[in-house]
Amino acid sequence: MSDNLIAIKDLSFSYGQRLVLKGINLTARRGQVIAIMGNSGCGKTTLLRLIGGAMKPTSGSLKVDGIEMGQIDQVSLYQLRRRMGMLFQFGALFTDMSVFENVAFQLREHTDLPEAMIRDLVFMKLNAVGLRGAHELMPSELSGGMARRVALARSISLDPMLILYDEPFAGLDPISLGVTGNLIRRLTDTLGMTSIVVTHDVQESLKMVDYVYFVSEGVIVAEGTPAEIKASQLPYVHQFVHGEENGPVPFHFPAADYAADLGLAA
Amino acid sequence: MQRATLDLWVGLFVVAGIVAVLFLALKVGNLGSYDNGETYTVKASFDNIGGLKPRAPVKSAGVVVGRVAEIGFDPENYEAFVTLSLAARYSFPRDSSAAIMTSGLLGEQYISLEAGGDEKMLANGDALKITQGAVVLENLIGQFLYNKNESQTEQAAP
Amino acid sequence: MMQALIGHIRGIGRRTVDRVSRMGVAARFFLLVLLHSGPSFRRFHLIIREIFTAGVLSLIIILVSGLFVGMVLGLQGYETLQTYGAEESLGVLVSLSLVRELGPVVAALLFASRAGSAITAEIGLMKATEQIAAMEMMAVDPIARVVAPRFWGAVISMPLLAALFSAMGVLGGYLVGVVLIGVDAGAFWSQMQAAVDFKEDILNGVIKSVVFGIAVTIIALFEGYDAPPTAEGVSRATTRTVVTSSLAILGLDFVLTAFMFRGV
Repeated sequence: MSDNLIAIKDLSFSYGQRLVLKGINLTARRGQVIAIMGNSGCGKTTLLRLIGGAMKPTSGSLKVDGIEMGQIDQVSLYQLRRRMGMLFQFGALFTDMSVFENVAFQLREHTDLPEAMIRDLVFMKLNAVGLRGAHELMPSELSGGMARRVALARSISLDPMLILYDEPFAGLDPISLGVTGNLIRRLTDTLGMTSIVVTHDVQESLKMVDYVYFVSEGVIVAEGTPAEIKASQLPYVHQFVHGEENGPVPFHFPAADYAADLGLAA
Repeated sequence: MQRATLDLWVGLFVVAGIVAVLFLALKVGNLGSYDNGETYTVKASFDNIGGLKPRAPVKSAGVVVGRVAEIGFDPENYEAFVTLSLAARYSFPRDSSAAIMTSGLLGEQYISLEAGGDEKMLANGDALKITQGAVVLENLIGQFLYNKNESQTEQAAP
Repeated sequence: MMQALIGHIRGIGRRTVDRVSRMGVAARFFLLVLLHSGPSFRRFHLIIREIFTAGVLSLIIILVSGLFVGMVLGLQGYETLQTYGAEESLGVLVSLSLVRELGPVVAALLFASRAGSAITAEIGLMKATEQIAAMEMMAVDPIARVVAPRFWGAVISMPLLAALFSAMGVLGGYLVGVVLIGVDAGAFWSQMQAAVDFKEDILNGVIKSVVFGIAVTIIALFEGYDAPPTAEGVSRATTRTVVTSSLAILGLDFVLTAFMFRGV
């Protein structure tokens, strides 16, 4: 068994004519928490979907647990996905089911476990995210942070080897943000999983990840450990980490000359 | 919602739906007046059946005793032949007569069976000898006008 | 001028091609639903749940509408029939119009706006909030888990609702005709029974409602599944479900009636 759970080499992907990812190289070792950062629309969510097998690469190689995702068929993809979890941006809890049923969903779909065992497993997972007491609530009764934690409990219900997080910190208050960040780290360590976090929340993710990739305009512009990133003098990384208004990513959308637009040039 | 409550409601709904279908079939439709028991068929020829349709009732003394099973045209005698399917529990003498009647002035047409006096009873496949076809309204009016004319000329003659 | 005309014709052509290809996609979707129906029959409680949302929750509107339609038929029918002295035929008029046409058609129209729109909105919302994508990521086929149970739940509910509508309508006609106006009860029922044939009228009405149920449900499911994952997209898809399925019901009704009652 290779030490690398995910190995991406020269991966490109295009939506029709538009090239979204241009030659990505990325590896994730087992047990690591990897962050993929970048400004909105840089292609990081696309990268996550490619890893999850929702789309197929246009060219290059993408291996998850040694399986080439470009050539995978539906049956093996579904087999692989049973060992994968994904946390969607706003949780994507099933709104017509209670918290308990949400977490039990995969157990019911994929296993024939007796009801008593499902109950125990669900309570264990909910306890891990601190929401055992909320098992009877409906998703509409949860706060954003709680919904995210329930979704996390749901994605670990089958003890996956890999969890993908799509913007786990979006729209959370500072407390929930810290709680979610710590949970990701702790669950990854205790359950022996690997986590890929797509985010643009620099401060929170730098606290807990092992390795960071910076994506801009479909290419990886920088990578390194959190310490290396913080110390980086690359203009893009510097702008991103410190949240500066101007830098390689301009404040202004490309436009005609301002004076000309206002009719002052003449 | 609890699974048990859900099941109960859906069960009630399905039962209500089936009751509605049964109500339509038995109370609104004619399934209730189908005789589930055995039937035997009897043939009858008519010079004119008027507006008689398959599945029209066959009545005797006003009680439904059977249905019209089939209507056809006999090209040899240029008559209509009608197959009646009668309930086996009613038997009629062999010299019974059939007539096509109309319920009300403009209502649907049915066959009326008039029992005869023979000792032998009709058997499956027998034919009714005495029949009376439908009264066609136009003919009736024509006859009436003709008669009236005649009586007027008679009165005017002396 | 010429240019504008050509532009218009091109527009018509493009729209036609779009419509036809969309119908093709919908037909493929229908086939996919049928192919993935196995699991929902093995886990029948999924279908029971959908019979509840589609059928039981539509009961009130169906029962009340049926009663009122029947009562109006009773009133109007009596007005017309008594001119010819044929008020005993009121039962025939009420029951035949309900069993043959109004029962299946009006119940299906109500079903489209009550249950059909709800199905579209629910599935569209599940898509917009990434619930469908989440299900796929959990290696659960959303067609088998979400779409097929809803399809069967609604298709099972529709004929039952139509029968309840017709039955309530006949009762409404009876209430107005017999209880209120005083038409003879015996004549009301016996004429009705003489005129309404089980196979010709009632069974054909049931067949109609099954066909309408399939049409409405597939349109609702497809519009929901195909909706752009935004609030606007979902609301538009919901409107389209009601419009398209209403037109489909009326169109199909004409075709079915032409086949069923021709020459009778």
